Amino acid sequence: MPLPTLQPNRYKGKLIIVEGIDGSGKSTQLSLLAQYLRAPGRPVAYSAWNSSPLVKETTRRGKKKEMFTPTTFSLIHATDFADRMERYIIPMLKAGAVVCADRYAFTAYARDVVRGVSRQWVRNLYRFAVKPNLAFYFRVPLEVAIGRILGGRDAIKYYEAGMDLGLSRNIVESFRLFQGRILEEYDAMAAEMGFHIIDATGSIEKQQQQMRDIVDRELGITLPASSPRPETRA
Amino acid sequence: MTPRTPLRFYGDPLPDVDTGELQGKLIVIEGPDAVGRTTQIDRLRTWLEASGHAVLDTGMARSALAGKGIQQAKEGNTFGPLTMTLFYTTDFADRLENEIIPALRAGFVVLTDRYIYSIIARAIARGENRAWIENVASFALVPHVVYYLRAEVPDLVSRVVVGRGQFDYWESGMDLGLSSDMYDSFVKYQDKLIRALDSMSDRYGFVTIDASRPPDSIFADLQRSIAHLFGGVSRTAAPRPGRGTQSK
Repeated sequence: MPLPTLQPNRYKGKLIIVEGIDGSGKSTQLSLLAQYLRAPGRPVAYSAWNSSPLVKETTRRGKKKEMFTPTTFSLIHATDFADRMERYIIPMLKAGAVVCADRYAFTAYARDVVRGVSRQWVRNLYRFAVKPNLAFYFRVPLEVAIGRILGGRDAIKYYEAGMDLGLSRNIVESFRLFQGRILEEYDAMAAEMGFHIIDATGSIEKQQQQMRDIVDRELGITLPASSPRPETRA
Repeated sequence: MTPRTPLRFYGDPLPDVDTGELQGKLIVIEGPDAVGRTTQIDRLRTWLEASGHAVLDTGMARSALAGKGIQQAKEGNTFGPLTMTLFYTTDFADRLENEIIPALRAGFVVLTDRYIYSIIARAIARGENRAWIENVASFALVPHVVYYLRAEVPDLVSRVVVGRGQFDYWESGMDLGLSSDMYDSFVKYQDKLIRALDSMSDRYGFVTIDASRPPDSIFADLQRSIAHLFGGVSRTAAPRPGRGTQSK
């Protein structure tokens, strides 16, 4: 049975999404891209994973109290996504905005399957999602991502490390195993989903230039009208 | 108890559940709003406990994980149809994995006030894709029996008016924009729900019970059928029929 697919974007606006494991640098790159896209007459909207005002409190509490199973973890993130889709992403696309989403359904495809949820089920779950016009995958070796995370933020979190899977009692080791499996899932779907793969070990400036070139090449003439862009600096 | 066959899932099984371990009985009471499900569940519980069965009763939006979030979302004015469907599915999954399955493992009789069928019916009434929501909800266990308390909209209306004294925003499906007044909207929305439940009856093997009759007659039918499910529960242990309790 073929796996379910996403809905084509029938709206005026464009949808650009970024994917990658934690520590791949995708959020930094997306915010730089949003600045590049922002121009008079071209509204740019932004939506982050797990940010619905209606749902995120439930997710936060469930994480704090470690209440999730693979199924409820998957469903609460889909609920959050549905709320953002209904209330923000689709209305913005209809209004002609360029919508930038930090993580998308592919995060669930990769992560929930690693947690043991059926691949067919999770693909069906997100069937209501609009297919992105451009999807960037920030590919980074595991060790680089781990180095960035351990060096930066305070601590690796329980679910981020996949501690609920019982892969290891050591949180860094669990993170390594869990994110490694997610990386394999991303790599396996990259061609099918038409990801534009960005080498996330390159300099921030170089990665950003690649993104902007791809946006210009793929969407340049179809982007909602704007005044001429200033030259970008690497 | 009669020899049992292991419960199974509608679709892909939940990770880490051995259905061979589930010894209890899973009994679902379905039906539209105000049809009298709560009254019947309260009486069934008393009767089953008097007969020596341990009973867990559970219902929509009562999960530790999502119950509070759903209540808060209902108080706002921006609960979209997909979001609602998935939030209730999350709530159901949390109760299935953390209440229903552990209780079945321990040999309880689980009485559930609604199941995935109401979630599916509400999604269908709101124009969502039936195949989509049926697949989403397919992690549910197939119950031992599903009683569909069926009544027509006028019966429900009189129960709302007499029993509660007012129409509820969500029971009237006001979010669908079917009508600006709650009576008309209730009538249209509940009719859609009844038709959606009717359309699921064969596929999910509902045992339909005519709920337009007095509560005592409905209870007698349920008792008879459940006694059969257990291979004969003593009916002498049945308490005197009580008065209908509050809903919700």
